[in-house]
Formats: sequence, structure tokens, C-alpha cells
Amino acid sequence: MYEWMVTARHYEERLQEEYLEGKQPAFDISAGPIPGELHLAAGHEAAAAGVCAHLRDDDVVTATHRPHHVAIAKGVDLKRMTAEIFGRRTGLCKGKGGHMHLFDPDVNFACSGIIAEGCPPAVGAAMAAKKRNTDGVAVSFVGEGAIDQGGFLESLNLAAVHDLPVVFVIEDNDWAISMPKERVTDVSDGSQRAAGFDMPGVRIDYDDAVAVFEAAEEAVMRARAGNGPSLVEVQVHRRMGHFMGDAEAYRPEDDVERHQRLDSVERLADDLRSSDVSDEELAAIRERAHERVEEAIAWAKDQPEPDPAEVTEDVFVDGGQRPRAADAPAGGDD
Amino acid sequence: MAQAATERELTMSRAMVEAVASEMRDGDEVFVMGEDVADYGGIFDSTQGLLAEFGRDRVMDVPISETAFIGAAVGAAQQGMRPIAELMFVDFFGVCMDQIYNQMAKNTYMSGGAVNVPMVLTTAVGGTYNDAAQHSQTLYGTFAHLPGMKVVVPSTAYDAKGLMHSAIRDDDPVVYMFHKRLMGLGWMPAPEGPKTPVPEEAYTIPFGEADVKREGSDATVVTLGLHVHRALEAAETLAEEGVEAEVVDLRTLVPMDTETVVESVRKTGRLVVVDEDYRSFGLTGEVVTRVAERALDDLEAVRRLAVPDVPIPYARPLEEAVNPDTGAIAEAVRETVE
Ligand SMILES: Cc1ncc(C[n+]2csc(CCOP(=O)(O)OP(=O)(O)O)c2C)c(N)n1
Repeated sequence: MYEWMVTARHYEERLQEEYLEGKQPAFDISAGPIPGELHLAAGHEAAAAGVCAHLRDDDVVTATHRPHHVAIAKGVDLKRMTAEIFGRRTGLCKGKGGHMHLFDPDVNFACSGIIAEGCPPAVGAAMAAKKRNTDGVAVSFVGEGAIDQGGFLESLNLAAVHDLPVVFVIEDNDWAISMPKERVTDVSDGSQRAAGFDMPGVRIDYDDAVAVFEAAEEAVMRARAGNGPSLVEVQVHRRMGHFMGDAEAYRPEDDVERHQRLDSVERLADDLRSSDVSDEELAAIRERAHERVEEAIAWAKDQPEPDPAEVTEDVFVDGGQRPRAADAPAGGDD
Repeated sequence: MAQAATERELTMSRAMVEAVASEMRDGDEVFVMGEDVADYGGIFDSTQGLLAEFGRDRVMDVPISETAFIGAAVGAAQQGMRPIAELMFVDFFGVCMDQIYNQMAKNTYMSGGAVNVPMVLTTAVGGTYNDAAQHSQTLYGTFAHLPGMKVVVPSTAYDAKGLMHSAIRDDDPVVYMFHKRLMGLGWMPAPEGPKTPVPEEAYTIPFGEADVKREGSDATVVTLGLHVHRALEAAETLAEEGVEAEVVDLRTLVPMDTETVVESVRKTGRLVVVDEDYRSFGLTGEVVTRVAERALDDLEAVRRLAVPDVPIPYARPLEEAVNPDTGAIAEAVRETVE
């Protein structure tokens, strides 16, 4: 878990640097090697690590517009994910998807940019697992801002009424872009939504990866055993703006400060130290993670851009063509 | 004084907000709701500054529940309020289209005219910054295709203000689609053009009146939104080659000013329709058909430019390949005059 978390944190620090390249001095969202929006997840790592620690490659995960930490914990090919973010031909989606739309069928990971949109497909994946009598589970990650969305609530109900093996995970970072939780809901504990559907709901009030691990274990095992869905909410922290370039004028200083101070990565390192993991071991993990990140970024930047002629491939269209999916390019992680 | 006022240039977002603020001052029934419209002032500055003047009762941040708050706007409008509801990106219409096209758009008709829905649905459209398939669509055709909604697409600050006044005062539901790239955002540089002189006082621009943004005798380019500016740029290039293109900005899709387009084609004989939306079953086909119905004899050549029926791709070379640019517009015009 620590390795995933430091990988994710370092990855996002490096993406941030790469993203800002070419966007200076005045921030221009369409300039530089990574244009478009970029939503970083620094401060969210514990939720992804604690939950994904219980998952296998054949378990399905749907993530949100803020997907990288979950992707890393789920084992998505880091090199090809990075190439995708840089818009390269050998990216996970041949440069067509981008950072909010990553698909890695090898580890059953997908994400999308519309709020709560990953919930119904997770229910569908769970339905498939149940119909096939496997013990596979599906996990859908959402932000606390997403739990007022119809797609989320309808999915809870559908999963509950069919006893489907789904775990809904809410990453509560207190903010939906500029809207603090209290302005859009009268219920601060999102896990209470579970009660309305007669499924277990737990909330972990701090982003302690170990606590998340324990809560998620129960939820995932319950799903695997065929006992239906549950809801797990984790308090996480948004250490940065909603997206890169968000000046956060709406956000009180002390809130930014509090979110930066409470650091799940350091907390887990402390926990590990107190359970006799040496500083050297932790440093070695960090070093490995950093190397992997640097390698992925260097590889990605070296990849070719897609040919404009590819634009009409992969979709049914009059006069277009939908070739069979090409094999994954050589040189990815696996 | 009035003279000085007209010299004042505004960005498109400032012009939009000025109209909204003016209507809010004039009538308590006008209010705004949407995600991030209060403290943030709208992700694309579409409500910038309104919270400070009007407070949270009239500038309401709402949960990420488009079905609920857009449907609530319908309900409030039917009670005589004049809500402005913002769907942050038009791409998100999927989660709430039922309230839009089964209620907002249809209630007046279904009620035999007994019910009015005087609301404005504002929404951001357009790509050009690699935000990929779920945040870059233009979807003019989708909203214009479904009956019951007026559809407005400004391309300049002057038009944005006048059309917003008209939209808020209209007793029918209006979908007001603004292109992100035209808003004058610090982080998304606009082309030359959308920033224009804007009068201080309120004024309306009637729906269904296209604007000839450039006169020309050799070919007619019909377009809207961002592509008005690309067409004007293309026209400059063409002028150097001795080809004079007329650029018609539709400004409103529903109602559409067929007359102005047909008149222009009667003069030039050549028609190029440019659209940032998908090609099939969309705006380009509609405009060409209307012209063919009325001025087939005058029509010597037709070209249409639009997104080739693929979702908007992420990588820069791919997005550039699908979104008609200035060069492609100039080339299409050249083809018609050859
Ligand atoms: C249906 C829909 N509405 C609005 C948006 C715009 N949007 C993107 S992220 C976001 C806030 C999400 O907040 P939350 O779910 O708490 O996740 P966080 O960004 O805080 O991780 C909004 C409103 C969207 N993508 N989809």
C-alpha cells in the first residue's frame, strides 16, 4: 500500500511539472505537452490503496475524473497510462481517451469524466460476475459531490435489490470544485445514504490507509461471498485545486492548510516505522517508486503521436472503419 | 456619453453577465442556479460577480444533480419565475435530458399553451483545448433538432448581451450555448473578434436574425460560434487571393434566419456551411436543405465542414483533424469558386 501511495504521489508531482510546461507565464490550458484539464489526486491515495489492496485483476474498478491514484493501485500499466495522458499513439486508448477516459481491460479498470457515471457500469460488471457464478466484485469510486447524482442513487438501489457484489467507495474531500459539502447537502456523513437502500455503510473519518484497508476488507469479502453491496466513505484531502490552474479563490486559506497538513502518506510511513519497518526499507520503496514513475514518463514522452488518419478508426461511422482492437504495443509495463 | 459608452469593449462573458445582472435588477423573478455559479462565478465566468451583488438566494450553488435543478427551473418558471439554470458543459446533458426535452421543451405544447416555461438554460460548448470526448462537444444540432426550445449561440460580446436580454425576457424556454473559447477567459485565450464594444444600456437582439459579419460577393460561409471567427480569418486570406467571402453568423439556430442565408446565396451562388458539431443529421445538412428548397437554381456549389461523426478525440493532432480550422474553411471556399 505504501508503495502504491508514494508512486501515486510522486507520479502526480511529476505530471504537475510536465503539465505546467509551456503554460507559463500566463496559464493557457491548451498549451504544453499535456493540454486539456488535469485533475490530480494528491491527498486521495489512502482510499485507493486501502480498497484496491483487496482486489484482483479480474475485479472491476470504475473511477472518476480524478483517476490516477486508483489506476495505480489497481495495477494499470503505468507506461501506457502516461502515454495516454501525453496523447500518444501507444497510450492505453491510442490517444483518443486522455486523462479522464482511461481504459485498461487487462486489469479491468475504466474511468470517465461525468459525475457518478461509473456507478451503473460497476453494477453491470457485478451482474456479469453473479450470472457467471464467479466471486468477482466490482468497485465504483465517486467523490462526495457525486452522491447527490441520480446515477449514484439508482445504482445503489439496483445493486441492493439484486444483491450484487459491488462496493461503492466515496472519496470525501469536502469540495466539489468550489462547492463545500455543507452547501449542497444537509447530511455530512455520506455513508448514511446506504441506510436508505438497506445496505451496510461505513465512514472512515480520517485518511488512514490501514483503517480503509480494514473497512474495505469487510465490504469486499461480503461482496465476494455473495452477500451484496456496501458503501464505504473515506475522508480524504484535496491538497490542490480542483484542476490544474484552479486558483481556489473560493477556498479559505486554513482549509487548504489543513488539507495539506493531514497527509495519509506520511501517516502510513509513521505507522510502518512504529511496526519496525526501517527507514532504509521505506527509502528503498520510495526510490523504486520514483524510478518507475520517471521511467514511465520518459517512455511516454518518447512515443509517437497518433496519425490524424486514425481519427475515424474505432467507431462505427459511415465511411469509417472499426478495425479489431490492435494488440497492446510493446514496451508497456507488462 | 452614449458615444463613449459604445466605445467600451467587453469580453463575451462580461457582456453576458451584464445582461443577466441588469435583468436581475429589474425583476425579482430572475434568479440563477447551477454548479459553481456562486463563489466561483461559473467555471467559464458566465456568472462572475453576481453573488456579490445579489446574494445566495438569487445566485444559487446547487448539488451536482442536474435532473433536480434543471427540472426545478422548469417548475419555478411555470410559477412565473424566470430562472437561469446552467448546465456546466453541454456534454453533461445526458444525465438530465429528460427534464430538458420532456418538460422544459414540451410543457407549453402539451398543455395546449396553458403553461409557459420562461427559463434560460445556459451551457458551455466547444473544444479546441484537448479536453476529449466528454467535455468538448458542441451539440448544436441535438438541441435544435428537438422541438420546443429556442437555441441561441452568440459569437461576440455585443451579440451575447443582446441575445441574453432577449432570452431572459422570452416566454419560451431558451437554450443559450456559449463557446468556451470565446468567453475571454485568462486561461483560454480567445481569437481576435469576440471582444467588442458593448453599450451600457440594455438592448435586445431579436431571435431569428442572422448577422452578416462580413460582406462578399463570391461565396457565402454560414456558421456560428467560434467558427464565425475562423471563417472571418479565412475570408481575409481569401481576399488576398481575390475571393470575397460573405460570412453569415446565424446567431440563433431556432428560430433560424433562412431568409438572410438564401439572399446571400442568391448573390454569391456558392454555399459553405461550417459547424463544430457532428456532420450527419445536423446543422450543415439543415442549412444546405433550406437553401436548396428555396434557391436551388442559384446554387452553383456546396461544401460542408463539420466533425466527421466521431467522438472528439483527445490527442492534439486528432482533435485538430476533426475540428474545422481556418485553412480548411478557406480551402472549402476555394473549391466552390473553382
Ligand atoms: C454530470 C456532471 N456534472 C458536472 C460535472 C462537472 N464536474 C466535474 S468534477 C465536479 C466536482 C466533483 O466533485 P466530487 O464528486 O466531490 O469529486 P472531487 O472532484 O472533489 O474529487 C463537477 C461538478 C461533471 N463532470 N458531470
